[in-house]
Amino acid sequence: MFIITCPFCGEREQSEFKAGGEAHIVRPKQPTELSDDEWAEYLFMRKNIKGIQFERWNHTHGCRKWFNMVRDTSNDEIKAIYKMGEKPPIE
Amino acid sequence: MTKKLRVKTGKAIDETYRISFKFNGKTYYGFKGDTLSSALLANDVHLVGRSFKYHRPRGIMTAGSEEPNAIVQLHDNSSRSEPNVRATEVEIYEGLDASSQNCWPSVKFDVGGINNFLSPLLPAGFYYKTFMWPASFWEKYEYFIRKSAGLGKSPTEPDPDVYEHKYIHCDVLVIGSGISGIMAAKTAAKNEFKTLLVDEKPNLGGSTIYQNSDYFKINNQNSNSWLEKEINEIKKLKNLEIKTRTSVAAYHGYNFLLARENLTDHLPVEQRKDKTRHKLLKIRAKKVITATGSIERPMVFDNNDRPGILLSSAIKRYADFFGVACGEKNVLFTNNDSAYETAISLIQKGINIEAIIDNREEVDSKLVYEVEKNNIKIFKGYTVTDTFGYKRINRISIKQLSKDGQKVVGPRINLSCDCLGVSGGWTPAVHLFTQSGGKLKFKDEDQVFIPNTYPSDQLSIGSCNGDFTLDEILKNTPKSLKEFLDIKNTEYESLEIISSTNKSKRNIWLLPSDKVIGKTKSFVDYQNDATAKDIKLALREGFRSIEHVKRYTTTGMGTDQGKLGNMHALGIISETAGVKMGELGTTTFRPPYTPLTFGTIVGRNVGEYFDIFRKTPIHSWHEVNKAEFENVGQWKRAWYYPKENENMHQAVQRESKAARESAGILDASTLGKIDIQGTDASEFLNRVYTNAWSKLAIGKCRYGLMLNEDGMVYDDGVTTRLDENHYIMTTTTGGAANVMSKLEDYLQTEWPELDVYLTSVTDHFATVSVCGPNSKKIVSEVIPDLDFSDESFPHMSFKNAKIGKINCRVMRISFTGEHSYEINIQANYGKSVWEKCMDAGKDYNITPYGTETMHLLRAEKGFIIVGQDTDATMTPIDLQMDWIVSKKKYDFIGKRSLYRSDTIREDRKQLVGLLTDDPNEILEEGAQIVADVNKSPIEMLGHITSSYYSPNLKKSIALGVVKGGKNMMGQKLIIPMEKKNINVTVADPVFLDKENKRLNA
Amino acid sequence: MKNKYSIFSLIKNAFSYHENWEKAWKDPEPKKEYDAIIIGGGGHGLATAYYLAKKHNMKNIAVVEKGWIGGGNTGRNTTIIRSNYLWDASAGLYDHALKIWEGLSQELNYNVMFSQRGVMNLAHNLQDVRDLKRRTHANRLNGIDAVYLNTEEVKKFCPIINTSPDIRYPVLGGTLQKRAGTARHDAVAWGYARGADEMGVDIIQNCEVKGIKRNGDSVDGIETTKGFIKTSKIGVVAAGHSSVIANMAGLKLPLESKPLQALVSEPVKPIIDTVVMSNAVHAYVSQSDKGELVIGAGTDDYVSYSQKGSHDIVEGTLNAILELYPIFSRMRMLRQWGGIVDICPDASPIISKTSIKGLYFNCGWGTGGFKATPGSGDLFAHTIANDEPHKLNAAFNINRFVSGDLVDEHGAAAVAH
Repeated sequence: MFIITCPFCGEREQSEFKAGGEAHIVRPKQPTELSDDEWAEYLFMRKNIKGIQFERWNHTHGCRKWFNMVRDTSNDEIKAIYKMGEKPPIE
Repeated sequence: MTKKLRVKTGKAIDETYRISFKFNGKTYYGFKGDTLSSALLANDVHLVGRSFKYHRPRGIMTAGSEEPNAIVQLHDNSSRSEPNVRATEVEIYEGLDASSQNCWPSVKFDVGGINNFLSPLLPAGFYYKTFMWPASFWEKYEYFIRKSAGLGKSPTEPDPDVYEHKYIHCDVLVIGSGISGIMAAKTAAKNEFKTLLVDEKPNLGGSTIYQNSDYFKINNQNSNSWLEKEINEIKKLKNLEIKTRTSVAAYHGYNFLLARENLTDHLPVEQRKDKTRHKLLKIRAKKVITATGSIERPMVFDNNDRPGILLSSAIKRYADFFGVACGEKNVLFTNNDSAYETAISLIQKGINIEAIIDNREEVDSKLVYEVEKNNIKIFKGYTVTDTFGYKRINRISIKQLSKDGQKVVGPRINLSCDCLGVSGGWTPAVHLFTQSGGKLKFKDEDQVFIPNTYPSDQLSIGSCNGDFTLDEILKNTPKSLKEFLDIKNTEYESLEIISSTNKSKRNIWLLPSDKVIGKTKSFVDYQNDATAKDIKLALREGFRSIEHVKRYTTTGMGTDQGKLGNMHALGIISETAGVKMGELGTTTFRPPYTPLTFGTIVGRNVGEYFDIFRKTPIHSWHEVNKAEFENVGQWKRAWYYPKENENMHQAVQRESKAARESAGILDASTLGKIDIQGTDASEFLNRVYTNAWSKLAIGKCRYGLMLNEDGMVYDDGVTTRLDENHYIMTTTTGGAANVMSKLEDYLQTEWPELDVYLTSVTDHFATVSVCGPNSKKIVSEVIPDLDFSDESFPHMSFKNAKIGKINCRVMRISFTGEHSYEINIQANYGKSVWEKCMDAGKDYNITPYGTETMHLLRAEKGFIIVGQDTDATMTPIDLQMDWIVSKKKYDFIGKRSLYRSDTIREDRKQLVGLLTDDPNEILEEGAQIVADVNKSPIEMLGHITSSYYSPNLKKSIALGVVKGGKNMMGQKLIIPMEKKNINVTVADPVFLDKENKRLNA
Repeated sequence: MKNKYSIFSLIKNAFSYHENWEKAWKDPEPKKEYDAIIIGGGGHGLATAYYLAKKHNMKNIAVVEKGWIGGGNTGRNTTIIRSNYLWDASAGLYDHALKIWEGLSQELNYNVMFSQRGVMNLAHNLQDVRDLKRRTHANRLNGIDAVYLNTEEVKKFCPIINTSPDIRYPVLGGTLQKRAGTARHDAVAWGYARGADEMGVDIIQNCEVKGIKRNGDSVDGIETTKGFIKTSKIGVVAAGHSSVIANMAGLKLPLESKPLQALVSEPVKPIIDTVVMSNAVHAYVSQSDKGELVIGAGTDDYVSYSQKGSHDIVEGTLNAILELYPIFSRMRMLRQWGGIVDICPDASPIISKTSIKGLYFNCGWGTGGFKATPGSGDLFAHTIANDEPHKLNAAFNINRFVSGDLVDEHGAAAVAH
């Protein structure tokens, strides 16, 4: 059970949050111009990284804001948290 | 013949307070403060249970939570029945009723004991090699295997007790109240850390609190007196909370720990009423100090499991704490100094010791000299090779060890005894540390695993960190605390210490015997009957990793989770395979540390609190009017309102007719409602719905369909334009929360440039829906000031209104196909408006209807229910709702997915109507649809999604999805049921009023 | 030929104190080159190797395993085996497996303790009832032995379920597949390993794959902690770590690896003689031959390879267990653990070729892969040997995520109005 520092509310229990999968997958601006393969890449294909992963979380039972997290998925250590639209603080 | 087994003692028991209890039906007496095990031992009862596989007689082995053998059933055949309880952890109370497990007819004569004689045929993993012939017989074999396995009996009645959860946030959590834990708690609390100290035992002080001899002194006081003063001092500290009978079960990441606080298990049953039995403490600690101590190791030799064989430290504890002698002829068997601490304690209390067998040949130890002074025979360099006595040990054989410790030499000596205390050294209790993700290192000189790297802000101190002697603890603990708490000083900087333990040890994991190993039973895991030869067999068969050996032999898989035996298993593997202990690694210690009652984990989330019901503001009216309810998502919805003896079918037929012929009323408050505002609200709706929204006039309503990004229908509902930049969206009841989340997600992450604000207002409004040809008359009476004329208030439009002084919104929308109005009003007025409508509708036979009738009425009109007529594989095209998919819009959620090679196929499953040849035959929802029943394999074309008998059409109607159904209008298909085939014809899904005349009737 | 296991061999070996049993499998060092390499020594991987050797005569093959065989999800699951799936493709796949299970102990001469004690799925709301009836009808037409039970019949088959209409989620009915049941998970890995080893397959433990070497569009071998091993065919059966291997080959898969937890109670005498699953309240329970209640919890919603999940999931599962079985309140949790499950968006597996020649993936089993072990191995072996899928796994190709032709098992149940 993580402790997550919501960028708007501060430290909270993991139970207040929901994970939203890999971050920085931008929805294509012109989906109709994509091939089936390109669309499938956006829709389904994931890096699913073991190690440092950039991902989305939502403070569901709090401010309901989405934000980004950098987490080591091999040991669940949270490395950084930043707001939507911000640049990741680590590479 | 009564033995005198009670000796004068300290404070753990109150000899003036006698308690009676039952064991195996017989009444015994003990004292307040006794555990079940100490009381049984005081009554000379050693035989307590039978082992898992061989049903060997077993006795009390330990005095703590590591007990593998003495596990009993409490209060059998009552609602408080509980299996597999460790006798060493039960504090006795008046009325305690315990019995032996896993034996029949009794623990003294157990038929299963025959397994002991069959044991040559039952080596580790024997069941993988047999019971395979004849093939069909496995289940018969298994029946008997299952019957003989298991330990206690599951309760068979609901639990009368109550459990609770409590969240605790603290700066420092100290686990364990032995000497190091007490020092840590005091230091932390005195340095302004909000501190919590927990211990699984009823009292503080660990083992040191009874270490009363001249050989262990602190500042010139016996170590127990010194510690007692410390304990008295910490009890006064305001920053410190102390919880006894509190066992930490799990140590998760981010310093999240679960502990069970036991509040009533030590009370007589009648005193437990209205009290909470256990509290599950959910602890978040900034810092954790683990001072969980260590567990004494038994030794592995032939027949090391008989009743009367205990850990040497347990014998000491029973004497020191409870004033109980475990035997009259005690023999101790050791490879280190700690058995001599036991001996000194027994000597002080006048308990007879026959002899001490010590693996070590030479040892320069003050403790050993003290024991020798008392004329106790010590066999140095000897080992026990065998023991005798079926239900209680009565004799042992010993032999001298060879120089290398691999063999026994010389003549066999027999010693008679009634109790054998064994001490194989100490194993640090690193379970919680490893649960938290900590990595261990192997310390060769002590042959133990100790903490190496900490995964979170935590510290291990005392013997769980490998400090086994008093001086090591007192010197190292202050040092570690200073660094860990970042403080300058502790009170323990210049203690004068006398600590007489000699650390030398002769560790032999598997002691040699004069028999071939195949003939021995040297137990490593007592409860599961895993022996040294089983481990060797596993290695011989190629199971090399510790995890393989564990699983193949079941070592460490018992209710004690290998607290006693795991190290020996590792040691034997290491010696046999020639791999160093440090390289072998350990098995994973999995939570919980000691078994945790389900009820404790669940707390108050039982019964009505399991998952809270959501009820509409009109719910009480439905209840009074005898509605049957249906669960929809978290909501309770009125399902139908049976009158007198009506069954559901009859009620629904009546309700449906009334709604079409005159007036019906539905509580639609559960539908999700989302308030959408902002200058980009229209654009937002354009992106989330399949149809176009920009041109919707203010005051108008429109039906919308929402897709997932994969093109499949996700939700639907009517959205109303309240103002230029203000909409109210309705969603399905079950989908409301998910739709809200999805919309927020897109808004915040994909389209942050849109000026749109979303608010969930589902609970803010009650929704009363009145439909039927007389609906207009009824609502006009309820809201007399509003112009309900069709010109002013046409279908799919909305008006603000007032009922009395209260604002409401009235939508003219319809899910039944009838002329229909929905009144939305602030939730707390919902019931009053409902009642007003009922009053106004009296003359029109206004009939309340539930979800079942609503489903029927909408099916007559061919309206879909998302989730019933769709699953996650239906596109709007599949639903034949092409009309709602805008061709002009550049993009909307899911649009691209509609043009993939599979989603554009013509022969996908499509929604159609189905009519049975026999108009009275009602199809089963979920039934499959085929064209040809003789084809093999039979090809399923689709299934029935909705099916009803329509009282208005006087025939059975159904909706279903059928492969290529769009082009099969009028075609005959078959519904193959178990016993018959039903003939159907594909039809238009709109069965009633295709021209929508009734909307304006 | 190895020692055959039987009661007679046990008796014979008892006379020599069981000192003459031979290794169930050897532990060889890798050769320089194999005709095919299976990455992943779980049940599926070992079964794949077994069937490659047995049915496709490929004997010069190896299974490489990062840790010890059967140590991943094979040894961590709740061992439920059933085939009552909705869609034709799934029913075909899982019933193929179930049919192999029925003779597996004899085939492997290793008692995998396949116990057909039945699996019951409960319905708790009206949509559940529709969905379960739909599935039962489909099962019947697909020749799978599933029946629909009303509440009384549910109670009769498993008397300890609380079927009171007054509970939060009352039991409205259920389905029963009698041929379904459980098996001994470790034995499956060990039995296949012993069988494969006997046919010459090298089972290489403690050998972690560090890279996939490619030669243009084809595979050339694997880099491991025990050095480079050359091969032209690689079958990846790495469960939770599938994406890790895929990334080595420059592929992305439609997978997310999430924690899945399970727990057992202390052992008790027989109290529940079947497997009961409830999707709506998320509880499933059976009792092992040892007497432990085996309880499956759910997945967390985040990607993790830590083999740990959150306590909330365990708590939620036990809440549901006590809702349905209030008599278990005083039972105790003995052990809890986590595994890593690789989940596809449609909750169906991938048994497929890839865009790289000679590279095959068998993954995406999510929370339910154990039941498919023999069938999955058989079909994956066929796919690798023939470079073409068998008709039973054709639908489980990777391309379905492009075309949209998903095998959507979990999406087939949704929430109604």
